[in-house]
Amino acid sequence: MTVTVYVPRDTASISMGADDVAKAISDLPEDIKVVRNGTWGMTYLEPLIEVETDKGRVAYGPVTVQDIESLHQADFLKGGRHVLCQGLTQEIEYLKNQERLTFERCGLIDPLSIDDYLENDGFLGLKRALKLSEKEIIDDVMTSGLRGRGGAAFPTGIKWNTVYEAQSDQKYICCNADEGDSGTFSDRILMESDPFCLIEGMIIAGLAVGATKGYIYLRSEYPLCKVVLNDAIKIAEEHNYLGFDILGSGSDFFLEVRIGAGSYVCGEETAMLESLEGKRGMVRAKPPLPAHVGLFGKPTVINNVLTLASIPIIMSKGGDYYKDFGIGRSRGTIAFQLTGNVKCGGLVEKAFGITLGEMINEFGQGTYSGKNVKAVQVGGPLGAYIPPQEFDLSLDYEAFSEADAVLGHGGIVVFDETADMKEQAKFAFDFCVIESCGKCTPCRIGSTRGSELIDKGNFELMRELCDLMDSSSLCAMGGMTPIPVKSALKHWENDFKD
Amino acid sequence: MVNTDKAVEVINQYIDIPGGLLECLHGIQSVFGFVPKETIDDIADGFNISRAEVHGVISYYHDFKTSPRGKKVVRICQAEACQSMGSRDLTRRVEEILGVKIDETRVDGAVSLETVYCFGNCALSPNVEIDGKLHARVTSDNFEKLVKGEEA
Repeated sequence: MTVTVYVPRDTASISMGADDVAKAISDLPEDIKVVRNGTWGMTYLEPLIEVETDKGRVAYGPVTVQDIESLHQADFLKGGRHVLCQGLTQEIEYLKNQERLTFERCGLIDPLSIDDYLENDGFLGLKRALKLSEKEIIDDVMTSGLRGRGGAAFPTGIKWNTVYEAQSDQKYICCNADEGDSGTFSDRILMESDPFCLIEGMIIAGLAVGATKGYIYLRSEYPLCKVVLNDAIKIAEEHNYLGFDILGSGSDFFLEVRIGAGSYVCGEETAMLESLEGKRGMVRAKPPLPAHVGLFGKPTVINNVLTLASIPIIMSKGGDYYKDFGIGRSRGTIAFQLTGNVKCGGLVEKAFGITLGEMINEFGQGTYSGKNVKAVQVGGPLGAYIPPQEFDLSLDYEAFSEADAVLGHGGIVVFDETADMKEQAKFAFDFCVIESCGKCTPCRIGSTRGSELIDKGNFELMRELCDLMDSSSLCAMGGMTPIPVKSALKHWENDFKD
Repeated sequence: MVNTDKAVEVINQYIDIPGGLLECLHGIQSVFGFVPKETIDDIADGFNISRAEVHGVISYYHDFKTSPRGKKVVRICQAEACQSMGSRDLTRRVEEILGVKIDETRVDGAVSLETVYCFGNCALSPNVEIDGKLHARVTSDNFEKLVKGEEA
């Protein structure tokens, strides 16, 4: 009988040799069907291969080509015991302790099998949305309490409603897939592991606001996403989920992937629009809002990958279902990414409200180096450095805001005690020097002056500069660069003394 | 010599796409390895914009190069997650091993060493890409093997 073996095809597992592992397994003298699934996001176990057995999928990881012979001897094709065996995938604590909504299919399915997608609740949201009016779709998104997962956390329903009410012959849906924050890869995992989910979310967004054209602005550092998305779009077109007259509904929706060119600030929504228009990625002043004057001057919904990928489950199960997860005004789940110097790095989708300490110590199992944790940067390059004394902080938008920190896109970078926080603060300015679009002075000049002031040791003036950048920059690039700087200075003042 | 006929052929594929300039520059770069200055007039004509605008876009984006890259291209992530796993020391060692400074091409044209801010593989830092293939958990020891292995 043919045995099915799953070998992930995502950037992380491939970087650890998954392609070679897949080939070595295919070459075994057995009746094997190798399926390249997406990833479950347990990155510390990659490549995590799975064998289909009577009891369920049995996981082994991290597997290298050198392990295949001993796995074969251990009868892994029947789920045999081996030092790398992790037991049934669904029973692995790291996964079991999560609440998978947006990522429910990631790892489970072959990302490019539309049958797999359909068998696992795929396109149920779209089919329901096709029976609803625009207003009913938007109301359900409002009810869910979904807020933008890119970092700014703006209520999605309100944004959609603004575009819906705008009058225009053409409107657009733009998916921001310029996931540039260090310490983040949840968008990448979603696009590589469940691309139809994003496509479905975008079609629903189009139905809700009356847009017939969508763009995915994808960063160039994600070449595999480009391949997977373009293949998925082609398959969706062949099955009439994209194109003219979707599923005979009379509604049209067309989707295209556009590639960025290595600019961090193009993740800022207005810079992204400029870039999509083929220009320098210069930030636009708001108003007008992109919801009124967006891509090519037309009303435009701009949402992050995960925002749009959360729509199908909200549509299929209802806004109330989604709203029941979370805490306070932070509803639903958020994808955290445990990264940097952490023992068990990966993707953790949880309802809002788990503490930072639980995330680092229970999921992450401490540092990779085995040394003590010194600092954790949450929310990307513009996020605060947080010391272990504050690990009881609840991971939700409001708690972080009160602590002068941001959740951003959910990236969590762990540093051990060898980190030099003055060096990290200086890097925050230096990164802003390199990536500033240059349109506003506080960001363009302030970042350079800030870096110099750190070298000179003039921290009082640096604090004043931080306040100025915070209050007068055009966008978050200059406005939030002071956050990591000030947090480093506040908690690790000793590092700033020579 | 730059084959401008080839360039025009590439440009013509993109001029009717709304906002297609970035896609066009990626296309030019995939053919020539960089954006040769000889192609700028044709790009400007094709998109009906000024040469200054074309140059403005090329110089804005880190991905677009205006001179040939090395035969081998090594890209190292310099962002925070990789920093937390020793990318600063790794970068210094890689510079020594390759005989070239970061963001420079070796005089003999054999290798370019480039900065990247994040490959999105931050749970397996530090990350280095060699000729388009991403490697995770790179140390200076295994970097030497990776580079040699690919040269052999």
